[in-house]
Amino acid sequence: MSQPKLHTVAMEGISIEFPGVKALSDVNFELRSGTIHALVGANGAGKSTLMKVLSGAYGHYTGKIFVDGEEVHIRAPRDAKRLGIQIVYQEVDTALIPHLSVAENIMLDVLVNSMGRKQFVNWSQIHASAEQVLRRLNIDLDTRALIQDLSLAQKQMVLIARAIAEETRFLILDEPTAPLSNTETEELFRVVEDLAFNHNVGVVFISHRLPELFAICREITVMRDGTVVTSQPMNGLTAGDVVELMLGRKFEENYAKRPVEIGDTLFEVKGLTELTGKITDVSLTVRSGEIVGVAGLVGAGKTELCKTIFGALPARSGEVLLRGKRLNVSSPYAAVKQGLALVPEERRKEGVLVEESVVTNLTAASLSNFCGPMDFVRKRAERAAARKVIEDLRVKTPSEEQKVAYLSGGNQQKVAVGKWLIAEADIYIFDEPTKGVDVGAKREIFDLIGQLAAMGKGIIYASCELSEILAITDRTYVMYDGRIVKELRTAETTEQEILYWSTGGK
Amino acid sequence: MLAKTETTQAARSTVGAQVLNFITKWGTVLTIILLLVFFSFASPSFLTASNLITILRSISIVTVIAVGVTMSLTVNGFDLSVGTVATLADALVISMFVWHGWSTVPAILVALLGCLVVAAVNATLIVKFRIPDLLVTLATMFVFEGVALTYTGGGSISQGMPRLDGTPTYGVIPASFRMIGQAPWIILIMLAVVALVHIFLNYTKHGRYLYVVGGNMEAARLSGIPVNRYRTLAYILSCSLAALGGIMLAARLGSSQINAGAGYLMPSVAAAYIGFSVAGQGRPNAIGTFLGAVLVGVLENGLVMLSVPYYSLNIVKGSVLALALAMTYFRKK
Repeated sequence: MSQPKLHTVAMEGISIEFPGVKALSDVNFELRSGTIHALVGANGAGKSTLMKVLSGAYGHYTGKIFVDGEEVHIRAPRDAKRLGIQIVYQEVDTALIPHLSVAENIMLDVLVNSMGRKQFVNWSQIHASAEQVLRRLNIDLDTRALIQDLSLAQKQMVLIARAIAEETRFLILDEPTAPLSNTETEELFRVVEDLAFNHNVGVVFISHRLPELFAICREITVMRDGTVVTSQPMNGLTAGDVVELMLGRKFEENYAKRPVEIGDTLFEVKGLTELTGKITDVSLTVRSGEIVGVAGLVGAGKTELCKTIFGALPARSGEVLLRGKRLNVSSPYAAVKQGLALVPEERRKEGVLVEESVVTNLTAASLSNFCGPMDFVRKRAERAAARKVIEDLRVKTPSEEQKVAYLSGGNQQKVAVGKWLIAEADIYIFDEPTKGVDVGAKREIFDLIGQLAAMGKGIIYASCELSEILAITDRTYVMYDGRIVKELRTAETTEQEILYWSTGGK
Repeated sequence: MLAKTETTQAARSTVGAQVLNFITKWGTVLTIILLLVFFSFASPSFLTASNLITILRSISIVTVIAVGVTMSLTVNGFDLSVGTVATLADALVISMFVWHGWSTVPAILVALLGCLVVAAVNATLIVKFRIPDLLVTLATMFVFEGVALTYTGGGSISQGMPRLDGTPTYGVIPASFRMIGQAPWIILIMLAVVALVHIFLNYTKHGRYLYVVGGNMEAARLSGIPVNRYRTLAYILSCSLAALGGIMLAARLGSSQINAGAGYLMPSVAAAYIGFSVAGQGRPNAIGTFLGAVLVGVLENGLVMLSVPYYSLNIVKGSVLALALAMTYFRKK
């Protein structure tokens, strides 16, 4: 066998800005064919952004990109595809068409772009080509099966197959293993290794799970806060080194948590199991004034736990008690009435009403308190309450009538939290409250949570940002695969220990 | 951040953008004024008091039904069954008079209650079975059209006319009921409906919740709003208003005709959608819907005066609907 030709793609001095945020600044990144290159970093470090630049999703970058030493301009996805750069995004389901067959999904780009003037589809050819691609990947899958009948892992394979159906020199996999089980992950590894070593493809592998990176990657690039910390061969590094490189020192380490007198048990969850088993047999307690962390990786079931407690997902069994009294949490409506509050993870989709004004958002959970006879809204009282929250939380908005859509992420989040301050709950559940907010707003959100604790409220704080868990919680539960696997006293633990348990350590 | 958004907004506010903004906000009102001016020049009898009252009277039923459609739009739904509900109400109320000799108030109550069955079916299928609104109301539109036809025996009902099986009828349609269909009463009912719904939507908790549910159902649910209850309420209100429209239609016609309400669906939907953008509201609202109905009414009346044949009017009305939709959705981009 002849030595395959070496291809390279080099990104030099790449910077990109979004309104208000510099997402990447002066990043250098090099990828060679025939190797698997790990790209790691904490959430928001810029991994996905960098890869979206490379695959043409963000055309407004500055800096230079060279393929095989020649400068290229990647301003649109088709530019990247022409250069043989393919990306498989994390959200498998958005990229596939569920009621079409495997073959049609694999050959989608061909069907869309390469039909030319032909009006009729040559089905036998489509199936044959799809079959060929699958065989190249060594995947056993019926090309006539419908996507909707496949497992998540199989869907992932179809996406990879689609990527390599066209000429592929570089393949980017954005957190491909996040939703997969262990055996499915192994199957994926086999396919990826085969591509890299036998078909001379350069693979970028983004993942949060460190052990698997050590299993298959040869090189690693670590990112932090929009820059590259290091880019080097994998051997000689330990998991501990990588974690340290990823984390650096952050503001959370200097954050002084407000000392609060912790009282009696306020809130209990006993043996809670979600209807379809997204969480299983979860028990936890929260005392008054206590901030309880729920740590875990993306997909560990933190969001599902928060939602099941709040009645937004149906429970199969288990109970929820406030001050020893059993609550009926069959719906969020019931949960709110009984003193629970949830700040959901998906801010724009679930937390705020972007098309409504700040005041409408702030009173959405407690409008009855501002109603006069016949449920007429007392607008003056409503506005006064909104103004007070805007002032207390330092929400940056020209007025309480501003549409929430026009506020920055951090300020939207303050609105999402402020809604529950007016509603005066006993238990506040925060699900990734700092997602997509800047450091300033993060500090303010931390301060606010501290204040709530000082008022004797019980706080549940779910986050995959371990530094945050360490910074503000008193005690933390670690979740893995829908279960609580460990309870830790925050003062006595370390980021490494939490990470150990949340990656399934036994 | 803030300064930045302001500068970009300022930069975008070029003269062209401002004009476009003004047109989308006040386009409906401007068009009404322009049409009034145009028709009064084209036809001398157009701008007379009696003709203006004729226009208002002719849009009363459309407006009331359109306000019903507006209610379903507030929760981001869509009620296609309003026309059928109007037909059903028409048949029920007239049959109570003619077949059973009832008096005004009980007859109207029976018609309203009968139509709430449609609301119950709609709400159950939409909320419990999670079928998309448009499809549910499309189905119930046909089902209850059939129910109304079956109930009347496939024919019309009017005073003194024997039933289809030959049974003579003795009931009379009370004069007090006929009054509902005359100016000024029919116009006053319409104005009252518009005013009440406007107050309900803008000044009460329930109106606020309807909009919140329509704006983002998941966020509303996670705020502790009983989302399904409010969606049900929206369909009950849309059905009730459509039934009221049907009762007004019965009073106006003094009889029950086959599919009498069907023709009101399209102009009602048009009025509600034209109303979206009025005064920059950007969401379904009662006053906008009223102005939308005025626009459609003025257009229809003027065109008739210009001797445009009635069978061609739908071309114009349909085009107006398309234009209104274009304005609503173009701005959303």
